[in-house]
Amino acid sequence: MDSALFLNAVVAGLLLAGFYAAVAVGISISFGMLDVVNIAHPGFIILGSYVALMVHQWLGVDPIAISVVLSPLFFVLGMALYRVFYLAFERRGQESLRGLAFFFGILFITEVVLILIYGVDYQLVKTAYSETVWRLGEVGFPLRLLVPCVVSVVMVLGVQLFLNRTFFGRAVLAVSQDQLALRIMGVNPVKVKELAFALSIATAGVAGAFLIVIQPVQPSIGREFIGLAFAICVLGGLGSLYGTLVGAVILGVAESFTATYFGPSWAPAVSFGLLLLTLAFRPAGLFGR
Amino acid sequence: MAGVLLQASGVTKHFGGFYALDKVDLEVREGERLGLIGPNGSGKTTLVNCITGTLRHDEGTVRFNGHDISRLATHGRIRLGLARSFQIPKPFASMSVVDNLRVPLLYAASAHAGAAKVSEARSREEAMVILREVGLEEKAEERSGGLTQVDMRKLELARAMASRPKLLISDEAMAGLSSSEVDDIITLLLKMKDRGVAVIMIEHIMRAVMRFSERVAVLDAGKKIADGSPQEVVANPDVQRAYLGE
Amino acid sequence: MSNRRFAITAFVVAIALIGASLAIENAYFFTAAYGVLVFVILATAWNILGGYTGYVNFGTPAFFAIGAYTTVFLYNAFQAPLIVDIVCGTAVAGLAGLAVGYLTLRLRGVFFAIATLALAVVMLTFVVNWEYVGGARGAYVITRGDAPFGFASWKHYLYVVIAVLATVAIVVARLLERSKIGRGLAAIRDDELAAECAGVPTLRLKLLSAATSCGLMGMAGTTYPYFYAYTEPLSIFSLSYAVNSIAMPMIGGMTSWVGPLIGALLLGTLQQLVQVTIASDLNLLITGLLLVLFVTLAPNGILGWFDAWKRRRKR
Repeated sequence: MDSALFLNAVVAGLLLAGFYAAVAVGISISFGMLDVVNIAHPGFIILGSYVALMVHQWLGVDPIAISVVLSPLFFVLGMALYRVFYLAFERRGQESLRGLAFFFGILFITEVVLILIYGVDYQLVKTAYSETVWRLGEVGFPLRLLVPCVVSVVMVLGVQLFLNRTFFGRAVLAVSQDQLALRIMGVNPVKVKELAFALSIATAGVAGAFLIVIQPVQPSIGREFIGLAFAICVLGGLGSLYGTLVGAVILGVAESFTATYFGPSWAPAVSFGLLLLTLAFRPAGLFGR
Repeated sequence: MAGVLLQASGVTKHFGGFYALDKVDLEVREGERLGLIGPNGSGKTTLVNCITGTLRHDEGTVRFNGHDISRLATHGRIRLGLARSFQIPKPFASMSVVDNLRVPLLYAASAHAGAAKVSEARSREEAMVILREVGLEEKAEERSGGLTQVDMRKLELARAMASRPKLLISDEAMAGLSSSEVDDIITLLLKMKDRGVAVIMIEHIMRAVMRFSERVAVLDAGKKIADGSPQEVVANPDVQRAYLGE
Repeated sequence: MSNRRFAITAFVVAIALIGASLAIENAYFFTAAYGVLVFVILATAWNILGGYTGYVNFGTPAFFAIGAYTTVFLYNAFQAPLIVDIVCGTAVAGLAGLAVGYLTLRLRGVFFAIATLALAVVMLTFVVNWEYVGGARGAYVITRGDAPFGFASWKHYLYVVIAVLATVAIVVARLLERSKIGRGLAAIRDDELAAECAGVPTLRLKLLSAATSCGLMGMAGTTYPYFYAYTEPLSIFSLSYAVNSIAMPMIGGMTSWVGPLIGALLLGTLQQLVQVTIASDLNLLITGLLLVLFVTLAPNGILGWFDAWKRRRKR
């Protein structure tokens, strides 16, 4: 077996995994901890990509830098979205079927609006380092993968730290387990959920900015990421960010190998296959609660 | 002497390191009226869930009417003649009151009715009969989602009765009801005796348990600590300690 | 009205309407009507699993595609007659629904929904890579010679076929709805745990519902290759099928077979009108907005408005 090909496949997988973790961390929060099935999440990622594109075309700033500045925008967007969801569905206890349809509608609308504005052509942002590849022996580390990967991992670890160390973070962890206890402590669980959901959307916006550096983007690829994001969260175990990281690695490497040895057009099937296998044999995932 | 209908032996259920049920034995004879009591969190509802199959028990066996039902799905156990009502009523909210009863009549009751199988056409009549018994016939066409508390409890019981069970488990049907409403429910459950239906009544309202039960079993922290006549159980020091503390 | 009488009435009405409409001179009518009737089938099919049973299917395009591509396959392999295509396409789609259901319906409804969404993506990947049915380039299915049974054109013939299939779908839906099975499905939708405790074999019924729903979706796709001659992934997996199969029942009302029919007729006609007057992408945006609006503000759809109005009149 060609060792260079193998090693490069592994490295590409790992680098992608870092980014995939950033994609999945939002789902891990909204679905794993808040029990909100936000299947529109990938739509916000793509939205983030296009916003980063727009600002880059206007100001010439690196998308990853833009994303950090734009995350408050997506945070507010997330708060608004949760408020509508809560008022229309969660409060009435009808979140399952109608909530799903609602988020599907939102996903759909974001996709169509982007198509109307930008068309269906692929867009990519070339940064100063897009062409650079660091070499370590036979293995290449393309910077357009490495930089987003590193920043993604930092973001995910940051979220993890936030959830474990701050009062608000632990309130989020508590809200999924015992809302009554939270109320007794004087904390409004609805507000906690709203802010946590907003955080998940903010991560989506940021991940979108990373995405458009890594690969060409067009409005409908959001739907491909749904299988990916949920596969990672289910595989890793819902509610466990550590599990999300592990799931991302497994998925990233599996996809990379499939792309390398079978061709890139089969890659979307990998996440689905893993998702189905997990659901069929171990629905709680590797580290699930 | 009536035969043994339900036999739970050594039933154990744990969640991680927490033992919700620890080797619980429980026996119910045909037509018997058993009260099941115990402090909050002692495992009563968990035991019911393990008997009906909503939860899979980790150790022990559950036998019903001669069959080992440990591996049967819930609906399979129900079709053998088990029935339960839920602590917090779970009506089929989009259906009318009478339609709520047609579901167990068509599915559960039919399974062990043999020649007396209920047809789709006749299920409405049969449902009305039961509604008359529980006093809900006026509300037959109302949407079940909008009933009062006590009516919802009656509907829960009526639905359990509609499966024509041999054993009916009533899980805290009287919580939060007024004194006369409690009496209504007791009367309903006592009528089961006339049909030869055994009843397990889980309650916190002691006067109801005392009045209703031929036998009482007590759970505390997942273990059965007493099992005997109501008078014996009430006098049992372990039981007193469980409820009142040291 | 008993199910048998309903079936007879439905077919009589359908044949009468079809017969009358064949006199229409405008050729565009048949293309537009075909499109709307496909949506009638998809909406009715979706509602069996969605409205009756409470499980959301986001992967309509996947099952629709199975129907269409089974036809393409059978055409390439055997030049099979249309009836064979229809039966096989329905069966394969039904089996696929059963398979996905078997893997995911034992878990929460959410997982079934996500699995169907992912399935649509995977089906697309599969089809794009399968050269025998055309892959990304697409496949041609040519109708040879005159239309069978003496119809004026193949489009007329296929229009009649799809109208008959739509009637079949509606009759099947009504049959399920007003039956012991329908009560069981409604119980599952309202409270699955309580349904189990009422003796309803929930898994079995859910699987039946999924297989029927997905099978009918496949049935909707079986005539596509003949009608449009050119079958390619981008059109088959179009967003339009995905969102409309959900929006139409939700807007029309999910509690009975009438809702999807109303939704499909109204929304389908609206879309045809918008398409010829404004751009077609705006079409989809309007549909998406209507879906979100109805789901948020009028969850019981048009049927729900009608019911509320009836109740208010009684007082």
